[in-house]
Amino acid sequence: MLIRKPADLRYSDVTPKDTYLNRRRFLAAGSAGIVGAWALPTPAHATMKLNNVAKSGYKVDEKITPFEDITTYNNYYEFGTDKGDPSHYANTLRPSPWQVQVGGLVNKPKTFDLDSVMKIAPLEERIYRHRCVEAWSIVVPWIGFPLAALLKEVEPNNKAKYVAFQTLYDPKQMPLGNRAGIELPYVEGLRMDEAMHPLSLLAVGLYGQTLPNQNGAPIRLVIPWKYGFKSIKSIVKITLTDKQPPTTWNIANAHEYGFYSNVNPAVDHPRWSQATERRLGELFKRKTLMFNGYPEVASLYTGMDLRKNY
Amino acid sequence: MKTILFSPWTKRTLFALCLIPALLLVWRGLMGNLSANPIEFIEHKTGDWALRFLLITLAVTPLRKIFEQPLLTRFRRMLGLFAFFYVCVHLLTYLTFDQMFSLSGIYADVLKRPYITVGTAGFLMLLPLAITSTAAMVRRLGPKRWQLLHRLIYFCALAGVIHYYWLVKSDVREPLMYFGILTLLMLFRFRMWLQKGVKNKPQPASVSV
Repeated sequence: MLIRKPADLRYSDVTPKDTYLNRRRFLAAGSAGIVGAWALPTPAHATMKLNNVAKSGYKVDEKITPFEDITTYNNYYEFGTDKGDPSHYANTLRPSPWQVQVGGLVNKPKTFDLDSVMKIAPLEERIYRHRCVEAWSIVVPWIGFPLAALLKEVEPNNKAKYVAFQTLYDPKQMPLGNRAGIELPYVEGLRMDEAMHPLSLLAVGLYGQTLPNQNGAPIRLVIPWKYGFKSIKSIVKITLTDKQPPTTWNIANAHEYGFYSNVNPAVDHPRWSQATERRLGELFKRKTLMFNGYPEVASLYTGMDLRKNY
Repeated sequence: MKTILFSPWTKRTLFALCLIPALLLVWRGLMGNLSANPIEFIEHKTGDWALRFLLITLAVTPLRKIFEQPLLTRFRRMLGLFAFFYVCVHLLTYLTFDQMFSLSGIYADVLKRPYITVGTAGFLMLLPLAITSTAAMVRRLGPKRWQLLHRLIYFCALAGVIHYYWLVKSDVREPLMYFGILTLLMLFRFRMWLQKGVKNKPQPASVSV
C-alpha cells in the first residue's frame, strides 16, 4: 500500500544540477562544432532535481514530448514573442527567492515562500496533454500538487466564486516585456469549481526537475483541458474574488479569447481552425479532442453554451 | 558600374544569393535544426522570404530611378521569380503537411479564414505574372498590356502583408514594418506618376503677337 507522506525536502535541499548541465553543454557544443554552437539554447537557469516525487494515475498513453522541445518552443511574452525567445532570454528571471501571496475572500490569507509551497502537499508527477490556442500541442510530465490543496490552506469563504492569478512583472527581470503587445502583469482566472477540480495542478517542475525559467519557474498553473495561455506562469499572487476576474488575452482581444477557453475542436478561433493540432515531433496534424481529451470536466459546463462561452 | 551590371557574373552571383535562404533551410533540415515545430518553421521562413522578395522586386524601379541605373531592370524578373518560388514552397508546405491535400479542408480554410483567403488571392495574382514572365510572353502580350498586367504585383505584396498581419497574435511590429516599406515604395511610384502627369499636361498655348 502506498502511504503518502508530505515531501520533507526543502526547496533549498534539492541537488544542484549545474555540474551536469555544464557537462551537457560542453558535449553539445563539441558535437555541434562550428556549425551551430551559437544557436544552441543555453539553459536559462540551472534547474534542480526533485526528489520524493510520487507517480500518479494522471497520465496519458502518448509519447512524451522531448525535454528539448518543451523547453525551447513555448510562449512567454515577457521574454519575447517568438517561441524560441523564452529559452534564450528567460535567464534574467530570478526564481528564488520567491513569494506567492494568497488572499482575497479567504479566512486565512497567507504568503508562501518556496519552501512552504513545497510542503503544501506531496509532489506527484502527472503526464498531461498541453494544447496551445495556436494549434500545437505537447505531452508534458509535470511535477506538482493539486491547486485545491493550496486553496484549502487559506480557507476560501463562501463569497469566493473565482480565483484570480497574477504573474510576476518586473521590467528589470523582463526587459522584453514592453514589446509583448499585451498588458502586463499577465493575469488569469478560473471559476471556483474549475480551480477545485482534481485535474487543476500547480506545477513546480517537469521532467524530474524544477521548472526551467522559460516554462514558468518557480511555480505555475497547469489546466490541461484549457488552451495553454490559461496555465499562467511564474505566479506571485492568487486572489479569491466574487467577480469574474479579467484575463490577459481576453483584455487584448475579447473577440478571440474568452474567459473559459476550453479546448474545443468544434469552436474555431476566429482566424484559424481548432479542429486539428500539430503535436510537436509529428509531421501531420492530428485531431483535437474535446476538452483536450479530459471528458471528466464536461460536468463543470452542463447547460452552458460553449459557443458563447468560448 | 555599367560593366558590373552587364556582367553575367553579377546575375549569377545574385541568383546564388537569392538561393541562400532556401539552402539554409535544407541545411538546417539536414542538421535537425528546424526548431521543435519544423513545418511551422519552414512555413514562416518561406513566407518571410516570399514577402521580402516581393518588396525587393518592387524596390528595383525606385532604385533604378534614384541612382539612374536603368540596367538594374535586368534583375527584376529573377527577383520576382524568386518571390514566386518561395511562395510556392510556402503554399506546398501548407497544402501537404497542414491540410494533407484534403480538398474540403482547404476549401473551408479559404472560405472561412480571412488570412488564408487573402494569402490565396495573393498567390492567384502572382501566378499569371510568373507565367507571363518570359520575353516571348512580353512580345505576345505587347509591352503596354504586359505592364498593365504586371501591376498586379502591387496587390500581391499588399495581400502578403495583410496575410501576415492577420496571422500574428499580438506583436504586429514585423507586419507593420513590411507595410511601411510597401507604403514607401508605392509613394515613390505615386510621385513619379504625378510628375509624369505634370510633364504630359498640354501647356497653355501662349499667344505671341
